[in-house]
Amino acid sequence: MTTITFTVNNESRTIEAPPMKRLLDVLREDLHLTGAKEGCGEGECGSCSVLMNGELVNSCLVSALQAEGAAITTIEGIAVGQKLHPIQQCFLEKGGAQCGICTPGMILATHHLLEKYPQPTLLQIQEGLAGNLCRCTGYTRIFDAVQAAANQPGKP
Amino acid sequence: MHSNPAQYDLIAPTTLEAVLDILASEPGHYTPLAGGTEIMVALGAGRLPRKPLVSLQHLDELRFIEVLDSEITIGARTTFTDIRRDAVIATDFPLLNLAASWTGSVANQNRGTIGGNIVNGSPAADSPPALLVYDAVLTLISTRGTRLMPYGDFHLGYKKTALAPDELVHSITLQRDFKDYIPYIRKVGTRNAQAISKVAIAALARMNNGTVEDIRIGAASLRDRPTRLPATESVLQNQALTVETLGPLLEKARAALRRETLPIDDIRSTARYRSAVAGNLLEEFLRTLVAV
Ligand SMILES: Cc1cc2nc3c(=O)[nH]c(=O)nc-3n(C[C@H](O)[C@H](O)[C@H](O)COP(=O)(O)OP(=O)(O)OC[C@H]3O[C@@H](n4cnc5c(N)ncnc54)[C@H](O)[C@@H]3O)c2cc1C
Ligand code: FES
Ligand code: FES
Repeated sequence: MTTITFTVNNESRTIEAPPMKRLLDVLREDLHLTGAKEGCGEGECGSCSVLMNGELVNSCLVSALQAEGAAITTIEGIAVGQKLHPIQQCFLEKGGAQCGICTPGMILATHHLLEKYPQPTLLQIQEGLAGNLCRCTGYTRIFDAVQAAANQPGKP
Repeated sequence: MHSNPAQYDLIAPTTLEAVLDILASEPGHYTPLAGGTEIMVALGAGRLPRKPLVSLQHLDELRFIEVLDSEITIGARTTFTDIRRDAVIATDFPLLNLAASWTGSVANQNRGTIGGNIVNGSPAADSPPALLVYDAVLTLISTRGTRLMPYGDFHLGYKKTALAPDELVHSITLQRDFKDYIPYIRKVGTRNAQAISKVAIAALARMNNGTVEDIRIGAASLRDRPTRLPATESVLQNQALTVETLGPLLEKARAALRRETLPIDDIRSTARYRSAVAGNLLEEFLRTLVAV
Protein backbone atom coordinates (compact mmCIF):
# COMPACT_ATOMS: atom_id res chain seq x y z
CA MET A 1 0.00 0.00 0.00
CA THR A 2 1.12 3.53 -0.72
CA THR A 3 -0.26 6.82 0.55
CA ILE A 4 -1.40 8.94 -2.35
CA THR A 5 -2.56 12.54 -2.11
CA PHE A 6 -4.25 14.31 -4.97
CA THR A 7 -7.00 16.78 -5.70
CA VAL A 8 -10.35 15.52 -6.92
CA ASN A 9 -12.92 18.06 -8.02
CA ASN A 10 -11.08 20.78 -6.14
CA GLU A 11 -10.92 18.83 -2.88
CA SER A 12 -7.68 17.43 -1.53
CA ARG A 13 -7.95 13.67 -0.94
CA THR A 14 -5.55 11.16 0.59
CA ILE A 15 -5.97 7.44 0.13
CA GLU A 16 -4.09 4.23 0.87
CA ALA A 17 -3.96 2.02 -2.19
CA PRO A 18 -1.72 -0.39 -4.08
CA PRO A 19 0.32 1.94 -6.31
CA MET A 20 -0.66 0.07 -9.49
CA LYS A 21 -4.37 0.20 -8.69
CA ARG A 22 -6.18 1.85 -11.58
CA LEU A 23 -7.24 5.46 -11.02
CA LEU A 24 -10.68 4.34 -12.24
CA ASP A 25 -10.99 1.91 -9.33
CA VAL A 26 -9.62 4.44 -6.86
CA LEU A 27 -12.32 6.90 -7.93
CA ARG A 28 -15.12 4.36 -7.88
CA GLU A 29 -14.16 2.18 -4.91
CA ASP A 30 -12.14 4.40 -2.58
CA LEU A 31 -13.83 7.72 -3.27
CA HIS A 32 -17.29 6.42 -4.28
CA LEU A 33 -17.32 8.62 -7.36
CA THR A 34 -19.07 6.23 -9.72
CA GLY A 35 -19.57 8.69 -12.59
CA ALA A 36 -16.55 7.36 -14.48
CA LYS A 37 -17.59 4.01 -15.96
CA GLU A 38 -15.66 0.94 -17.00
CA GLY A 39 -16.46 -0.08 -20.55
CA CYS A 40 -13.49 -1.90 -21.99
CA GLY A 41 -10.77 -1.49 -19.37
CA GLU A 42 -8.18 -1.14 -22.12
CA GLY A 43 -8.20 2.41 -23.40
CA GLU A 44 -10.54 1.84 -26.33
CA CYS A 45 -13.93 3.21 -25.25
CA GLY A 46 -13.43 6.40 -23.22
CA SER A 47 -16.25 5.72 -20.75
CA CYS A 48 -13.70 6.12 -17.92
CA SER A 49 -12.44 9.52 -19.19
CA VAL A 50 -11.49 12.13 -16.59
CA LEU A 51 -9.40 15.28 -16.74
CA MET A 52 -5.97 15.05 -15.15
CA ASN A 53 -4.23 18.43 -14.84
CA GLY A 54 -6.60 19.64 -17.53
CA GLU A 55 -5.77 16.85 -19.98
CA LEU A 56 -8.26 14.19 -21.02
CA VAL A 57 -7.07 10.74 -19.90
CA ASN A 58 -8.54 7.26 -19.67
CA SER A 59 -8.59 6.54 -15.93
CA CYS A 60 -8.42 2.79 -16.59
CA LEU A 61 -4.88 3.31 -17.92
CA VAL A 62 -3.54 5.56 -15.14
CA SER A 63 -2.08 3.95 -12.04
CA ALA A 64 -2.93 5.43 -8.65
CA LEU A 65 0.63 6.53 -7.96
CA GLN A 66 0.79 8.31 -11.31
CA ALA A 67 -2.05 10.53 -10.08
CA GLU A 68 -0.04 11.62 -7.03
CA GLY A 69 -0.19 15.41 -6.79
CA ALA A 70 -2.47 15.73 -9.80
CA ALA A 71 -5.71 17.68 -10.10
CA ILE A 72 -8.46 15.33 -11.27
CA THR A 73 -11.85 16.42 -12.53
CA THR A 74 -14.58 13.82 -12.84
CA ILE A 75 -18.12 14.24 -14.10
CA GLU A 76 -19.19 14.86 -10.49
CA GLY A 77 -17.12 18.07 -10.56
CA ILE A 78 -18.55 19.49 -13.76
CA ALA A 79 -21.92 20.83 -12.64
CA VAL A 80 -21.85 24.26 -11.01
CA GLY A 81 -23.49 23.63 -7.63
CA GLN A 82 -27.00 22.37 -8.34
CA LYS A 83 -26.91 23.82 -11.84
CA LEU A 84 -25.94 21.70 -14.83
CA HIS A 85 -22.91 22.80 -16.79
CA PRO A 86 -23.87 24.21 -20.23
CA ILE A 87 -22.35 21.12 -21.88
CA GLN A 88 -24.55 18.84 -19.76
CA GLN A 89 -27.60 21.00 -20.51
CA CYS A 90 -26.93 20.75 -24.26
CA PHE A 91 -26.51 16.94 -24.12
CA LEU A 92 -29.87 16.81 -22.33
CA GLU A 93 -31.65 19.10 -24.77
CA LYS A 94 -30.21 17.61 -27.96
CA GLY A 95 -30.75 13.97 -26.98
CA GLY A 96 -26.99 13.40 -26.73
CA ALA A 97 -27.48 10.91 -23.90
CA GLN A 98 -29.58 7.74 -23.96
CA CYS A 99 -28.48 4.90 -21.68
CA GLY A 100 -25.88 7.27 -20.23
CA ILE A 101 -22.93 4.90 -19.97
CA CYS A 102 -20.77 6.89 -22.38
CA THR A 103 -22.10 10.27 -21.26
CA PRO A 104 -19.72 11.19 -18.41
CA GLY A 105 -16.76 10.46 -20.70
CA MET A 106 -18.35 12.27 -23.64
CA ILE A 107 -18.94 15.34 -21.54
CA LEU A 108 -15.38 15.45 -20.24
CA ALA A 109 -14.02 14.87 -23.75
CA THR A 110 -16.26 17.73 -24.94
CA HIS A 111 -14.98 19.93 -22.12
CA HIS A 112 -11.38 19.22 -23.17
CA LEU A 113 -12.23 19.79 -26.84
CA LEU A 114 -13.90 23.16 -26.27
CA GLU A 115 -10.91 24.40 -24.28
CA LYS A 116 -8.73 23.63 -27.27
CA TYR A 117 -11.19 24.70 -29.99
CA PRO A 118 -13.90 27.04 -28.66
CA GLN A 119 -15.67 26.87 -32.05
CA PRO A 120 -14.81 23.39 -33.31
CA THR A 121 -15.55 22.24 -36.85
CA LEU A 122 -17.44 18.97 -37.27
CA LEU A 123 -14.14 17.31 -38.13
CA GLN A 124 -12.52 18.58 -34.94
CA ILE A 125 -15.48 17.31 -32.95
CA GLN A 126 -15.25 13.91 -34.58
CA GLU A 127 -11.51 13.69 -33.90
CA GLY A 128 -11.85 15.01 -30.35
CA LEU A 129 -14.49 12.40 -29.49
CA ALA A 130 -13.04 9.52 -31.54
CA GLY A 131 -11.85 7.82 -28.36
CA ASN A 132 -15.34 7.83 -26.84
CA LEU A 133 -17.65 5.10 -28.08
CA CYS A 134 -21.44 5.26 -27.87
CA ARG A 135 -23.68 2.30 -28.60
CA CYS A 136 -26.96 4.22 -28.42
CA THR A 137 -27.11 7.60 -30.06
CA GLY A 138 -25.48 7.07 -33.44
CA TYR A 139 -23.27 10.08 -32.57
CA THR A 140 -25.18 12.68 -34.63
CA ARG A 141 -27.06 13.94 -31.58
CA ILE A 142 -23.83 14.05 -29.62
CA PHE A 143 -22.19 16.19 -32.31
CA ASP A 144 -25.27 18.45 -32.30
CA ALA A 145 -24.97 18.79 -28.52
CA VAL A 146 -21.28 19.71 -28.77
CA GLN A 147 -22.02 22.33 -31.41
CA ALA A 148 -24.82 23.76 -29.29
CA ALA A 149 -22.52 23.86 -26.26
CA ALA A 150 -19.87 25.71 -28.28
CA ASN A 151 -22.42 28.45 -28.89
CA GLN A 152 -23.36 28.82 -25.22
CA PRO A 153 -22.10 31.62 -23.06
CA GLY A 154 -20.31 30.43 -19.92
CA LYS A 155 -18.88 27.18 -21.30
CA PRO A 156 -15.47 26.05 -19.98
CA MET B 1 -7.94 -12.53 -17.01
CA HIS B 2 -7.28 -9.45 -14.93
CA SER B 3 -4.10 -9.35 -12.89
CA ASN B 4 -4.28 -8.25 -9.31
CA PRO B 5 -2.63 -4.80 -9.14
CA ALA B 6 -1.83 -5.40 -5.46
CA GLN B 7 0.77 -7.91 -6.64
CA TYR B 8 2.79 -5.21 -8.37
CA ASP B 9 5.01 -2.71 -6.66
CA LEU B 10 5.58 0.69 -8.21
CA ILE B 11 7.97 3.41 -7.14
CA ALA B 12 8.38 6.91 -8.55
CA PRO B 13 11.85 8.32 -7.87
CA THR B 14 12.24 12.05 -8.38
CA THR B 15 15.56 12.07 -10.22
CA LEU B 16 16.93 10.36 -13.31
CA GLU B 17 19.98 9.31 -11.31
CA ALA B 18 17.80 7.46 -8.79
CA VAL B 19 15.87 5.66 -11.54
CA LEU B 20 19.10 4.60 -13.25
CA ASP B 21 20.55 3.38 -9.93
CA ILE B 22 17.50 1.22 -9.37
CA LEU B 23 17.66 -0.24 -12.88
CA ALA B 24 21.39 -0.95 -12.39
CA SER B 25 20.92 -2.49 -8.95
CA GLU B 26 19.31 -5.58 -10.45
CA PRO B 27 19.27 -5.32 -14.26
CA GLY B 28 16.04 -6.64 -15.77
CA HIS B 29 14.25 -6.81 -12.42
CA TYR B 30 12.31 -3.54 -12.81
CA THR B 31 9.98 -2.50 -15.63
CA PRO B 32 10.03 1.22 -16.49
CA LEU B 33 6.58 2.80 -16.62
CA ALA B 34 6.05 5.90 -18.79
CA GLY B 35 2.52 6.79 -19.97
CA GLY B 36 1.27 3.30 -19.16
CA THR B 37 -0.87 2.93 -22.28
CA GLU B 38 0.82 -0.38 -23.06
CA ILE B 39 1.61 -1.50 -19.53
CA MET B 40 -1.84 -0.86 -18.03
CA VAL B 41 -3.46 -2.77 -20.88
CA ALA B 42 -1.05 -5.66 -20.30
CA LEU B 43 -1.88 -5.55 -16.58
CA GLY B 44 -5.59 -5.69 -17.33
CA ALA B 45 -5.13 -8.58 -19.73
CA GLY B 46 -3.06 -10.55 -17.21
CA ARG B 47 0.09 -10.53 -19.34
CA LEU B 48 2.26 -8.03 -17.48
CA PRO B 49 5.37 -9.84 -16.17
CA ARG B 50 5.20 -10.02 -12.36
CA LYS B 51 7.99 -7.53 -11.71
CA PRO B 52 8.11 -4.29 -9.76
CA LEU B 53 7.77 -1.13 -11.81
CA VAL B 54 9.65 2.14 -11.73
CA SER B 55 7.76 5.19 -12.92
CA LEU B 56 9.39 7.89 -15.03
CA GLN B 57 6.61 10.36 -14.13
CA HIS B 58 8.84 12.82 -12.26
CA LEU B 59 11.61 12.91 -14.86
CA ASP B 60 10.95 16.24 -16.52
CA GLU B 61 14.44 16.00 -17.99
CA LEU B 62 13.08 13.29 -20.30
CA ARG B 63 10.14 15.38 -21.50
CA PHE B 64 11.39 18.09 -23.84
CA ILE B 65 11.75 19.08 -27.47
CA GLU B 66 15.04 20.86 -28.09
CA VAL B 67 15.34 22.67 -31.40
CA LEU B 68 18.75 23.64 -32.77
CA ASP B 69 19.55 25.04 -36.22
CA SER B 70 20.70 21.70 -37.57
CA GLU B 71 18.82 19.15 -35.46
CA ILE B 72 15.98 18.51 -33.08
CA THR B 73 16.02 16.26 -30.03
CA ILE B 74 12.89 14.78 -28.51
CA GLY B 75 12.95 13.43 -24.95
CA ALA B 76 11.67 9.86 -24.56
CA ARG B 77 8.86 10.92 -22.23
CA THR B 78 7.47 13.41 -24.74
CA THR B 79 3.82 12.62 -25.44
CA PHE B 80 2.16 12.46 -28.83
CA THR B 81 0.18 15.56 -27.86
CA ASP B 82 3.47 17.41 -27.22
CA ILE B 83 4.74 16.26 -30.62
CA ARG B 84 1.58 17.39 -32.40
CA ARG B 85 1.83 20.83 -30.79
CA ASP B 86 5.42 21.44 -31.89
CA ALA B 87 5.67 23.82 -34.85
CA VAL B 88 9.15 22.70 -35.96
CA ILE B 89 8.15 19.04 -36.04
CA ALA B 90 5.08 19.99 -38.08
CA THR B 91 7.14 21.79 -40.73
CA ASP B 92 10.39 19.79 -40.76
CA PHE B 93 9.14 16.31 -39.88
CA PRO B 94 5.57 16.07 -41.16
CA LEU B 95 5.65 12.26 -41.16
CA LEU B 96 6.19 12.25 -37.41
CA ASN B 97 3.53 14.89 -36.83
CA LEU B 98 0.99 12.86 -38.81
CA ALA B 99 1.97 9.55 -37.20
CA ALA B 100 1.43 11.17 -33.78
CA SER B 101 -1.93 12.54 -34.87
CA TRP B 102 -3.35 9.06 -35.43
CA THR B 103 -1.69 7.20 -32.57
CA GLY B 104 -4.91 6.33 -30.78
CA SER B 105 -7.40 8.86 -29.42
CA VAL B 106 -6.78 12.26 -27.86
CA ALA B 107 -6.74 10.65 -24.39
CA ASN B 108 -4.20 8.13 -25.61
CA GLN B 109 -2.02 10.86 -27.14
CA ASN B 110 -2.12 12.81 -23.88
CA ARG B 111 -0.50 9.88 -22.03
CA GLY B 112 1.36 7.77 -24.59
CA THR B 113 5.04 8.65 -25.07
CA ILE B 114 7.36 8.28 -28.03
CA GLY B 115 9.86 6.36 -25.88
CA GLY B 116 7.18 3.88 -24.87
CA ASN B 117 6.12 3.48 -28.48
CA ILE B 118 9.56 2.46 -29.69
CA VAL B 119 10.63 0.38 -26.68
CA ASN B 120 7.38 -1.55 -26.79
CA GLY B 121 8.62 -2.58 -30.23
CA SER B 122 5.36 -3.48 -31.92
CA PRO B 123 5.82 -4.04 -35.66
CA ALA B 124 2.54 -2.16 -36.14
CA ALA B 125 3.45 0.98 -34.18
CA ASP B 126 3.00 4.32 -35.92
CA SER B 127 6.06 6.45 -35.15
CA PRO B 128 8.80 3.92 -36.02
CA PRO B 129 8.45 4.03 -39.83
CA ALA B 130 8.71 7.83 -39.74
CA LEU B 131 11.72 7.75 -37.40
CA LEU B 132 13.45 5.17 -39.62
CA VAL B 133 12.94 7.29 -42.70
CA TYR B 134 14.41 10.34 -40.95
CA ASP B 135 17.49 8.32 -39.85
CA ALA B 136 16.80 9.04 -36.18
CA VAL B 137 19.58 8.49 -33.64
CA LEU B 138 18.75 7.31 -30.13
CA THR B 139 20.53 8.36 -26.98
CA LEU B 140 20.44 5.50 -24.47
CA ILE B 141 21.38 6.10 -20.87
CA SER B 142 22.39 4.03 -17.84
CA THR B 143 24.68 4.37 -14.83
CA ARG B 144 27.42 3.26 -17.22
CA GLY B 145 26.95 6.43 -19.27
CA THR B 146 25.21 7.29 -22.50
CA ARG B 147 25.58 5.77 -25.93
CA LEU B 148 24.25 6.76 -29.34
CA MET B 149 22.59 4.21 -31.57
CA PRO B 150 21.16 4.64 -35.07
CA TYR B 151 17.46 3.89 -34.66
CA GLY B 152 17.75 1.46 -37.60
CA ASP B 153 19.81 -0.82 -35.33
CA PHE B 154 17.36 -0.76 -32.42
CA HIS B 155 14.74 -3.35 -33.38
CA LEU B 156 16.21 -6.86 -33.41
CA GLY B 157 13.12 -9.03 -33.87
CA TYR B 158 9.53 -9.37 -32.78
CA LYS B 159 9.30 -7.06 -29.75
CA LYS B 160 13.05 -7.48 -29.27
CA THR B 161 15.26 -4.42 -29.00
CA ALA B 162 18.91 -3.58 -28.44
CA LEU B 163 18.11 -1.80 -25.15
CA ALA B 164 20.18 -3.24 -22.28
CA PRO B 165 18.20 -4.24 -19.17
CA ASP B 166 19.68 -1.38 -17.13
CA GLU B 167 19.11 1.24 -19.82
CA LEU B 168 16.48 3.84 -20.60
CA VAL B 169 15.86 5.57 -23.87
CA HIS B 170 16.84 9.14 -23.09
CA SER B 171 16.01 10.91 -26.35
CA ILE B 172 15.70 10.78 -30.11
CA THR B 173 17.62 13.11 -32.42
CA LEU B 174 16.63 14.01 -35.97
CA GLN B 175 18.71 16.05 -38.43
CA ARG B 176 16.80 18.92 -40.02
CA ASP B 177 17.84 17.81 -43.52
CA PHE B 178 14.54 16.93 -45.09
CA LYS B 179 13.00 20.22 -46.17
CA ASP B 180 13.31 19.43 -49.92
CA TYR B 181 11.74 16.02 -49.63
CA ILE B 182 8.23 15.10 -50.68
CA PRO B 183 6.54 13.27 -47.80
CA TYR B 184 4.06 10.43 -48.03
CA ILE B 185 2.41 8.60 -45.16
CA ARG B 186 -0.63 6.44 -44.97
CA LYS B 187 -1.99 4.06 -42.38
CA VAL B 188 -4.52 1.42 -43.35
CA GLY B 189 -6.62 0.08 -40.49
CA THR B 190 -10.15 -1.01 -39.76
CA ARG B 191 -11.28 2.54 -39.13
CA ASN B 192 -9.64 5.92 -39.51
CA ALA B 193 -9.44 6.82 -35.87
CA GLN B 194 -7.76 4.85 -33.17
CA ALA B 195 -7.18 1.52 -34.85
CA ILE B 196 -3.82 -0.24 -34.90
CA SER B 197 -2.59 -0.41 -38.48
CA LYS B 198 -2.89 -3.42 -40.75
CA VAL B 199 -0.23 -1.83 -42.94
CA ALA B 200 1.42 1.57 -42.91
CA ILE B 201 4.01 3.24 -45.10
CA ALA B 202 5.97 6.42 -44.36
CA ALA B 203 8.23 7.65 -47.14
CA LEU B 204 10.26 10.58 -48.42
CA ALA B 205 11.68 11.37 -51.84
CA ARG B 206 13.88 14.14 -53.15
CA MET B 207 13.35 14.73 -56.86
CA ASN B 208 15.59 16.53 -59.32
CA ASN B 209 14.19 17.20 -62.78
CA GLY B 210 11.99 14.14 -62.72
CA THR B 211 14.73 11.87 -61.36
CA VAL B 212 14.60 10.25 -57.93
CA GLU B 213 17.69 11.59 -56.19
CA ASP B 214 16.98 10.00 -52.83
CA ILE B 215 14.11 7.84 -51.66
CA ARG B 216 13.40 6.39 -48.21
CA ILE B 217 10.56 4.02 -47.41
CA GLY B 218 9.60 2.88 -43.90
CA ALA B 219 6.90 0.34 -43.16
CA ALA B 220 4.81 -1.02 -40.32
CA SER B 221 3.37 -4.54 -40.14
CA LEU B 222 5.37 -5.83 -43.11
CA ARG B 223 8.01 -7.67 -41.08
CA ASP B 224 8.37 -8.86 -37.48
CA ARG B 225 9.66 -5.38 -36.60
CA PRO B 226 9.38 -1.82 -37.91
CA THR B 227 11.53 -1.69 -41.03
CA ARG B 228 12.96 0.26 -43.95
CA LEU B 229 12.61 -1.30 -47.40
CA PRO B 230 16.18 -0.99 -48.76
CA ALA B 231 15.75 -3.26 -51.81
CA THR B 232 12.64 -1.41 -52.92
CA GLU B 233 14.43 1.88 -52.35
CA SER B 234 17.40 0.84 -54.50
CA VAL B 235 15.13 -0.17 -57.40
CA LEU B 236 13.84 3.40 -57.45
CA GLN B 237 17.03 5.28 -56.62
CA ASN B 238 18.35 7.48 -59.48
CA GLN B 239 15.52 6.48 -61.80
CA ALA B 240 13.72 8.94 -64.04
CA LEU B 241 10.04 8.91 -63.13
CA THR B 242 7.74 9.76 -66.03
CA VAL B 243 4.32 8.64 -67.17
CA GLU B 244 6.14 6.15 -69.46
CA THR B 245 8.64 4.73 -66.94
CA LEU B 246 6.17 4.56 -64.04
CA GLY B 247 4.53 1.26 -65.09
CA PRO B 248 7.70 -0.85 -65.50
CA LEU B 249 9.35 0.74 -62.45
CA LEU B 250 6.34 0.01 -60.32
CA GLU B 251 6.40 -3.60 -61.37
CA LYS B 252 10.04 -3.94 -60.31
CA ALA B 253 9.42 -2.05 -57.09
CA ARG B 254 6.41 -4.19 -56.19
CA ALA B 255 8.46 -7.33 -56.82
CA ALA B 256 11.29 -6.05 -54.60
CA LEU B 257 8.82 -5.14 -51.89
CA ARG B 258 7.28 -8.62 -51.98
CA ARG B 259 10.72 -10.21 -51.73
CA GLU B 260 11.93 -8.14 -48.81
CA THR B 261 8.83 -8.21 -46.64
CA LEU B 262 7.46 -11.04 -44.60
CA PRO B 263 4.02 -9.98 -43.53
CA ILE B 264 2.16 -12.24 -41.18
CA ASP B 265 -1.38 -13.50 -40.82
CA ASP B 266 -2.78 -12.33 -37.51
CA ILE B 267 -5.95 -11.14 -35.83
CA ARG B 268 -5.85 -7.86 -37.72
CA SER B 269 -5.26 -9.04 -41.26
CA THR B 270 -3.68 -11.57 -43.63
CA ALA B 271 -0.25 -11.61 -45.22
CA ARG B 272 -1.74 -11.51 -48.74
CA TYR B 273 -3.83 -8.48 -47.96
CA ARG B 274 -0.89 -6.68 -46.35
CA SER B 275 1.42 -7.39 -49.26
CA ALA B 276 -1.13 -6.24 -51.85
CA VAL B 277 -2.00 -3.07 -49.95
CA ALA B 278 1.66 -2.18 -49.36
CA GLY B 279 2.21 -2.35 -53.13
CA ASN B 280 -0.79 -0.10 -53.68
CA LEU B 281 0.49 2.45 -51.18
CA LEU B 282 3.85 2.46 -52.92
CA GLU B 283 2.07 3.07 -56.20
CA GLU B 284 0.08 5.92 -54.71
CA PHE B 285 3.32 7.51 -53.50
CA LEU B 286 5.15 7.11 -56.80
CA ARG B 287 2.24 8.64 -58.72
CA THR B 288 2.59 11.81 -56.65
CA LEU B 289 6.26 11.98 -57.71
CA VAL B 290 5.71 11.76 -61.45
CA ALA B 291 6.53 15.05 -63.12
CA VAL B 292 7.84 16.75 -60.00
C1 LIG C 1 -6.63 2.36 -27.10
C2 LIG C 1 -5.20 2.37 -27.56
C3 LIG C 1 -4.91 2.73 -28.87
C4 LIG C 1 -3.59 2.74 -29.32
N1 LIG C 1 -3.35 3.11 -30.61
C5 LIG C 1 -2.09 3.12 -31.07
C6 LIG C 1 -1.83 3.48 -32.42
O1 LIG C 1 -2.72 3.84 -33.19
N2 LIG C 1 -0.53 3.46 -32.86
C7 LIG C 1 0.51 3.09 -32.03
O2 LIG C 1 1.65 3.10 -32.47
N3 LIG C 1 0.28 2.74 -30.74
C8 LIG C 1 -1.00 2.73 -30.25
N4 LIG C 1 -1.23 2.36 -28.95
C9 LIG C 1 -0.12 1.89 -28.12
C10 LIG C 1 0.51 2.88 -27.13
O3 LIG C 1 -0.35 3.95 -26.83
C11 LIG C 1 1.83 3.44 -27.65
O4 LIG C 1 2.72 2.38 -27.94
C12 LIG C 1 2.51 4.40 -26.66
O5 LIG C 1 3.48 5.14 -27.34
C13 LIG C 1 3.16 3.70 -25.46
O6 LIG C 1 3.80 4.69 -24.67
P1 LIG C 1 3.61 4.71 -23.08
O7 LIG C 1 4.43 5.84 -22.58
O8 LIG C 1 2.19 4.72 -22.73
O9 LIG C 1 4.28 3.32 -22.73
P2 LIG C 1 4.28 2.43 -21.39
O10 LIG C 1 3.07 1.56 -21.37
O11 LIG C 1 4.55 3.25 -20.19
O12 LIG C 1 5.56 1.55 -21.70
C14 LIG C 1 5.67 0.74 -22.86
C15 LIG C 1 6.99 -0.02 -22.83
O13 LIG C 1 8.10 0.86 -23.00
C16 LIG C 1 8.98 0.80 -21.87
N5 LIG C 1 9.47 2.17 -21.72
C17 LIG C 1 8.71 3.31 -21.72
N6 LIG C 1 9.50 4.40 -21.71
C18 LIG C 1 10.78 3.95 -21.68
C19 LIG C 1 12.07 4.60 -21.68
N7 LIG C 1 12.20 5.93 -21.72
N8 LIG C 1 13.18 3.82 -21.66
C20 LIG C 1 13.07 2.47 -21.65
N9 LIG C 1 11.89 1.82 -21.66
C21 LIG C 1 10.75 2.54 -21.68
C22 LIG C 1 8.17 0.23 -20.76
O14 LIG C 1 8.97 -0.45 -19.83
C23 LIG C 1 7.26 -0.73 -21.51
O15 LIG C 1 7.93 -1.92 -21.80
C24 LIG C 1 -2.56 2.36 -28.46
C25 LIG C 1 -2.84 2.00 -27.14
C26 LIG C 1 -4.15 2.00 -26.67
C27 LIG C 1 -4.44 1.61 -25.28
S1 FES D 1 -12.84 1.66 -19.66
FE1 FES D 1 -11.17 2.99 -19.92
S2 FES D 1 -11.19 3.36 -22.03
FE2 FES D 1 -12.75 1.87 -21.82
S1 FES E 1 -25.82 6.79 -24.57
FE1 FES E 1 -25.65 4.66 -24.36
S2 FES E 1 -23.57 4.36 -24.88
FE2 FES E 1 -23.86 6.41 -25.39
